[in-house]
Amino acid sequence: MMQHIDWAVVDWSRWQFALTALYHWLFVPLTLGLSWIIAFMESNYVRTGDPEWKKLTQFWMKLFGINFAIGVATGIILEFEFGTNWSSYSWFVGDIFGAPLAIEGIMAFFLESTFVAIMFFGWNRVSKKFHLVSTWLVAIGSNLSALWILVANGWMQMPSGTVFNPETARSEMINFWDVLFSPVAVNKFLHTISSGFVLAALFVIGVSAWFLLKKREQRLALRSITIAAVFGLLASLSVVFTGDGSAKQIAKVQPMKLAAMEGLYKGTEGANLKAIAILNSKSKRENGDECIFQLELPKMLSWLAFGKFNEFVPGINDLTNGNPKQRILPISEKIRRGKEARQLLTDFKNAQDAGDTEQVEQIKARFREQNFKDHYFRYFGYGFYDEVDYYIPNVPVTFYSFHIMVTLGFYFILFFALFLFFSIRGVMPKRRFWLRLALFTLPLAYLAQETGWITAEVGRQPWTIQDLLPTVASVSKIDAGSVQLTFWLFAATFTALAIAEVGIMLKAIKKGSETKGGGTK
Amino acid sequence: MLQLFKKVALFYINGFKHLPDWGRQVWLIILIKLAVIFLILKLLLMPDLLKKKFDNEKQRIQFMQEQLKL
Repeated sequence: MMQHIDWAVVDWSRWQFALTALYHWLFVPLTLGLSWIIAFMESNYVRTGDPEWKKLTQFWMKLFGINFAIGVATGIILEFEFGTNWSSYSWFVGDIFGAPLAIEGIMAFFLESTFVAIMFFGWNRVSKKFHLVSTWLVAIGSNLSALWILVANGWMQMPSGTVFNPETARSEMINFWDVLFSPVAVNKFLHTISSGFVLAALFVIGVSAWFLLKKREQRLALRSITIAAVFGLLASLSVVFTGDGSAKQIAKVQPMKLAAMEGLYKGTEGANLKAIAILNSKSKRENGDECIFQLELPKMLSWLAFGKFNEFVPGINDLTNGNPKQRILPISEKIRRGKEARQLLTDFKNAQDAGDTEQVEQIKARFREQNFKDHYFRYFGYGFYDEVDYYIPNVPVTFYSFHIMVTLGFYFILFFALFLFFSIRGVMPKRRFWLRLALFTLPLAYLAQETGWITAEVGRQPWTIQDLLPTVASVSKIDAGSVQLTFWLFAATFTALAIAEVGIMLKAIKKGSETKGGGTK
Repeated sequence: MLQLFKKVALFYINGFKHLPDWGRQVWLIILIKLAVIFLILKLLLMPDLLKKKFDNEKQRIQFMQEQLKL
């Protein structure tokens, strides 16, 4: 077990990272999705020459610009936190994260910010075609930024393409393509950007609905709703498809996360999916009495996890206590093997300090042995803490976040289908109940985004790198008070910025497209 | 090359000169935010600890080996 653990530092560091990540994620999805909608609208303007399309494009571009600007640099704070609060983690992943984050910074960010300037400053200064190309490059650049960040996050969930080097005490990349094309990273990227497209579509429909309720900007609103409904419907179907892919990856590489997502304690073959449920108390759940109330879909969890209706899905109890029939090791055995791996590192350090080069080379060879990697080093992270409960994530938070996200995801499909139907029938302005619903649906889009990330990141606890590095081994040895101070500083700054952004955004929306009279289609 | 550089610089200068009100407000927020993030947070409150505590890679590696070993 580790020497004295300051749980206050661990917990405050986690809370701070969660706060800054969730705040950052308020702005990113709208950038990811609205950039494509604007590019499509501007393409129509260049193709048809219709000034209405230009008006549409410029209006949504203004809102894009406000969101983009407020979101700028909110992500860099996360990198600062790596260095201050998570220094051991930062060292361990440095060789892997260095490449993706550098590419993100150099290519994607500069691509975005260079062409954003042309987008906003270049309307009457560059040709229509060059301006259009710039708008498309902003869309591509912002989504490419997301790719590299999600490649890094994907590696945290399933380390691949790397090997641990005892000489440098860190993981080192041996295959860049394995890291880039990790199935977890690919699914995560496609799922995340699709969800951003959904939010952007709901934003466009929400704002347009407000215009229609106020009987303003009707032509702009009706065209925008049609485009956003198509875009949103396709994106929300993609969210379901990629979400399914993600769940299957999670079942393979993070079975404890899947069990927490479903509140599954007792593993079973042909496991049911809890469509709606209220979890029982912790002690009752651990005894197999998982829910006070549940509405289940028979065998659907087995299908969701493995694509087969009768497969065994391990529960938290199986993953904690072991299940020899399903060849699941108990955590106690993983702890033992993790300690053996750490002992080998200790032997290596001792041999290095003693100048015993023969022993050093022998131990380095052992670290490279496939058998050692598969049966001992893969449990390295378990060797830091002996309490079994530590390795179980917060089940209620993971469970409810997951179910809120999925429920909203399916609601959004129906929502977009309905709005597309109304648009095609030409009855949108008369459907005032549904227009009001669109206003209430917009905050739900943000809720779905945040609960998605909460599922992903709370569900992976206590791992900062799955099975290799837990939170207790990742945090810096600093005073909890300094982490608390920066936490509250962030909370105050972010609140002020959020109030400012909402204020500027609402003012811009109320001003409309800055021409007199909205006209009707 | 110099002509191109001049053109690009004028492009940005004109762009900023003719910013609408909302653009000016947004830029003000960006500048305040960047100042808070880089001058206060990064410089005073959020140093890179391994770079601050240790002078070279060898020292950082030794520290990490101590952290990770049993």
